[in-house]
Amino acid sequence: MRTYQDEPVMLRETLAKTMIEYAGKDTRIVALDADLASSSGFGAFQKAFPDRFFNCGVAEANMVGIAAGLSSTGRIPFAHSFGTFASRRVCDQIFLSGAYSGAHMVIVGSDPGVTAAYNGGTHMPFEDMGVLRSIPGIKLIEVTDSAMLRGVFDEIISSPAVYYLRLKRKVTTAVYGEGEKFKIGRANVLREGKDAAVICSGIMVAESLKAADILESEGIKVTVIDMHTWKPIDEDIVAKYAKETGVIITAENHNVVGGLGAAVCEAVCKLSPCRVIRHGIQDEFGEVGTESYLKTRFKLNAADVAETVRKAIKL
Amino acid sequence: MPEKTEHLRLRRFAETIRLETLKEFAELGFGHVGGAMSILETIAALYGGLMKIDPKRPDWKERDRFVMSKGHAGPTLYATLALLGYFPIEELKTLNKGGTNLPSHCDMHKTKGVDMTTGSLGQGISTAIGIALGQRMDGSGAYTYLAVGDGELNEGQIWEGAQFAPFQKLTNLIAFVDVNGKQLDGPTEEILDPLDIGAKFAAFGWLVKEVDGHDVAAIYDAVTEAKQSGKGPYVILLKTVKGNGCDFVAEMASNHHVQFDKEKMLAEVEKTQKRLEALGGESA
Ligand SMILES: Cc1ncc(C[n+]2csc(CCOP(=O)(O)OP(=O)(O)O)c2C)c(N)n1
Repeated sequence: MRTYQDEPVMLRETLAKTMIEYAGKDTRIVALDADLASSSGFGAFQKAFPDRFFNCGVAEANMVGIAAGLSSTGRIPFAHSFGTFASRRVCDQIFLSGAYSGAHMVIVGSDPGVTAAYNGGTHMPFEDMGVLRSIPGIKLIEVTDSAMLRGVFDEIISSPAVYYLRLKRKVTTAVYGEGEKFKIGRANVLREGKDAAVICSGIMVAESLKAADILESEGIKVTVIDMHTWKPIDEDIVAKYAKETGVIITAENHNVVGGLGAAVCEAVCKLSPCRVIRHGIQDEFGEVGTESYLKTRFKLNAADVAETVRKAIKL
Repeated sequence: MPEKTEHLRLRRFAETIRLETLKEFAELGFGHVGGAMSILETIAALYGGLMKIDPKRPDWKERDRFVMSKGHAGPTLYATLALLGYFPIEELKTLNKGGTNLPSHCDMHKTKGVDMTTGSLGQGISTAIGIALGQRMDGSGAYTYLAVGDGELNEGQIWEGAQFAPFQKLTNLIAFVDVNGKQLDGPTEEILDPLDIGAKFAAFGWLVKEVDGHDVAAIYDAVTEAKQSGKGPYVILLKTVKGNGCDFVAEMASNHHVQFDKEKMLAEVEKTQKRLEALGGESA
């Protein structure tokens, strides 16, 4: 049985530590930030490799262009900003200097959705993955926990592409054990049940597992799938569970327009039409407050997911 | 030029804004105190007399407008707007709380009196230019004021706007740069040295002035002079200290976003109250 508990380390610490570890063996790895190195944890990378870190100042578009240029000289840059600025503010640079030019680089967008909390609506990315999803060849990954982050690192380094890592900076909920296997583009099925399938990622994985517990006590058995890679999405898994359960609920800390729900709908339409209910942000802007207030405000708690599942099954 | 008593009134207004702003932060326990303090006297000068506004008519079309491009300094603007009566002063207690009209970054649809939504640095210069153009097209004679941070100058969009405004001869646009010498990750010199900010703007065709950004009367006079000249656009470089007037924050090396004990902040509120009393008379 899958468990979930708060992780002792922040995800940003795991990221910095892993980058430093890989950079020790691989001189291609460099890092850039846009005046948020004290927030992202990239400050630790700067300490370890002062010559391989560049603080670009508050200039995200320039940073992404620089990353693309560095990539063309054989380096693998990691460039961070808040998810809002690492996506919508630099979309054209990621598109043209990055993906179109065949760059191998990793854009790290932190504070996904409601986890932007006190920074408020202007800083709350409900659209980052959606904005980037139509860029050909880009790989969009929402990281669930530290074990997953470490688990996808080898592939990120060995398989050239533009990656966007959607990553909670602070404490997250651990779902995976050390050494579990991850493959980019392959979902992890965390729990099986015939009544419905919940497809989720990021902070919604723990919420969906909790929802599954709630539903189980009512005799409803659901499958929970961690779709960490939104692009390329795991179409086979989507089709398989569309057939087996006949009803899919997507759960995302993101606008359902253009997001995970949309991506799942595309796969379902293509391979195995069934009903899909998109649980997530219903085309709204974010607002300010604690993460817990915002999870309630935007219905991202386990109880909300459970309620959506109950309704979906009855339809 | 305003008389001495007018200067004193402005100083009292600034201290009163500080009092209310620090109370907002005390209630919350954290925030962008550094940048909120460094721009404070500029807001006091603008809303304390320079701007043609009417708190009873926040949507008055012919009003002067202010774009707080460094949107994280919202709390100072909120205190000012509340003091002027745009909304009840008690509302300041709701800063950043769930459901509030006072989010950490300025939001024109949530907060009465806020003229433009900001928070993504660099965007305010363009919206300010658009507003100033609109005012000119309306023939209203209204002015647009803009505040940007010195770190914010890193953004390329700032220089796109900087190029456009003088070309359009926008005499009704007055910009301020809060030159507190610090950005989020550290001193501007160490992160991305801005070099000679005045020379850069001048090269783009702006008229440049420099003032002590904590001397509210000097700011008032500089703007008044700029307006009387009939020329523009002007950029006024504010020599400031990040965290000024909130001593324990001003003394911190890294003071962009700070967390603190309520007691510590209440002590600063107390000090501000004393300064205000020393200035005499009624609070603004
Ligand atoms: C586009 C964008 N990138 C990054 C941020 C995060 N951020 C907020 S304030 C800040 C530093 C700004 O420094 P400065 O303009 O000097 O502000 P001040 O020191 O006056 O507070 C950064 C990087 C942001 N709000 N917008």
